[in-house]
Amino acid sequence: MKALRNYLDKIKPNFEEGGKLHAFRSVFDGFETFLFVPNSTSKTGVHVHDSIDSKRIMSIVVIALIPALLFGMYNVGYQHYNAVGMPDAGFFEMFIYGFLAVLPKIIVSYVVGLGIEFVVAQWKNEEIQEGFLVSGLLIPMIVPVGCPLWILAIATAFSVIFAKEVFGGTGMNIFNPALVARAFLFFAYPTMMSGDAVWVAKDSIFGLGQTVDGLTAATPLGQAATNIVPDASLADMIIGLIPGSIGETSVIAIAIGAFILLWTGVASWKTMGSVFVGGIVMALIFNALGSESNTMAQLPWYEHIVLGGFCFGAVFMATDPVTSARTESGKYIYGFLIGAMAVIIRVLNPGYPEGMMLAILLMNVFAPLIDYCFVQKNISARAKRLQSK
Amino acid sequence: MSLFSKKNQEVLLTPLGLNNPVTVQVLGICSALAVTAQLEPAIVMGLSVTIITAFANLVISLLRNTVPNRIRIIVQLVVVATFVTIVSEVLKAFAYDVSVQLSVYIGLIITNCILMGRLEAFAMMNGPWESFLDGIGNGLGYAKILIIVAFFRELLGSGSLFGFKIIPDAVYEMGYLNNGLMLMPPMALIICACVIWYQRAKHKELQESSN
Repeated sequence: MKALRNYLDKIKPNFEEGGKLHAFRSVFDGFETFLFVPNSTSKTGVHVHDSIDSKRIMSIVVIALIPALLFGMYNVGYQHYNAVGMPDAGFFEMFIYGFLAVLPKIIVSYVVGLGIEFVVAQWKNEEIQEGFLVSGLLIPMIVPVGCPLWILAIATAFSVIFAKEVFGGTGMNIFNPALVARAFLFFAYPTMMSGDAVWVAKDSIFGLGQTVDGLTAATPLGQAATNIVPDASLADMIIGLIPGSIGETSVIAIAIGAFILLWTGVASWKTMGSVFVGGIVMALIFNALGSESNTMAQLPWYEHIVLGGFCFGAVFMATDPVTSARTESGKYIYGFLIGAMAVIIRVLNPGYPEGMMLAILLMNVFAPLIDYCFVQKNISARAKRLQSK
Repeated sequence: MSLFSKKNQEVLLTPLGLNNPVTVQVLGICSALAVTAQLEPAIVMGLSVTIITAFANLVISLLRNTVPNRIRIIVQLVVVATFVTIVSEVLKAFAYDVSVQLSVYIGLIITNCILMGRLEAFAMMNGPWESFLDGIGNGLGYAKILIIVAFFRELLGSGSLFGFKIIPDAVYEMGYLNNGLMLMPPMALIICACVIWYQRAKHKELQESSN
């Protein structure tokens, strides 16, 4: 640690005004503050400093994502080996296969996204902002394993530029950038994002696995959308051994992440909890109304929760501090409506089996309105209290 | 006064650039989203709007001193509706396929804000020749943006231009796919926004001062 600090101090003058590497100032600054808590202090006014700055918060979210990511890698291998008829392959063989299949996606997402962020920061003479640390890991986790890398790169570039930088960078965005990337993919390249041909890796990688053409496997949610009762067992759905986007399948791994986020106080339990309540209530209403022809409407509430991206969205996407409601009471409404909308979209529109993405993006738009209402309510309540005195 | 005096040239040319009806005044966005999935209907739409704006401007400019102020909007609408009907009938007679593609949007030129804007803001207070030039200029300014947007949408969304395949099959075999979002209206809005972005970045005088 000490040696690293000394090294950074030694090369620092190169990046300052007039140094020969001044063009890379923002890159250096980004790495330095990533590795060490900045020791600069405010010169004027009264400031309370907390050592949890946004880089530290982002790091905690990344740590919380790791269990779901590792399980997702294993599941990619598991699905592949089962589909090619080699279910006896060992745990490590499956994991390494999945690791090799997922790693390029993570690299592409980070290189493209951080590349754009670096260029923009340098161009606008700002510090590099750290928001993409999380988005860059979320994007590969919410796409199917069959999604080609060049498409992923375009979607990442699109979301960083049009969902984030045009609004003013990290902290100013209206929509969750990772979900914008997924929505872009979903509408621009529907054959690579839905259907039954993209959820299982088809190629052998470095001699691992087998190349088989025409492998198909529908997600349980996709089956329900086409009025087939999902054939996976509830245990598989909870553990996550079902086809699906890379990081979203395992409820257990996501629960570990949720625990980390709630314990450190990074995510709000109000938002997270009310998303689940909203989903459950809406699923029960559809169960009660019942519909013979619509399998989605008959899906019990616990299957709505464990299938697809519901858990992943509730834990990692809905709680995004930038795009969610900020007033404490607003968080209940915001979360509840996300859960309810997700189930409504799933049930009523079979064209979009994954309602969670659209529900969160929709509520992102309404979050400022919800906040506005609660702030105004508070203002008028206080004005009334003043008058009655 | 000569026909192409400096002032008249300005009337004709500024709507193509610094006073573009779509990118600067942000008018006529609705039809710009609706008809730009392919180049051919976009060009036909642009030309139709140009002709209608030019002649409606001319007629209203001739009538401007005789129309009572209270009913001027009704008179303007009647004139525009006449020209829209003529254009629509001509398209149906000579370019049936395109008129089917454009469907209601030819009829909806009546509601295009550019038309009413030019009639109210220019033709009501300028002579017939200037008004005619103004109509041509604004129509072409509108057509220009439509063509730019349609070019990108058709190229990236269908891999073709004017219906001819531009992107070779070999590229598709390597795994290239058409971008389905390009064929949907949201992407037209984003391309339009990019044109505005480019134009404002290039011309400092279009940027509002940041206080």
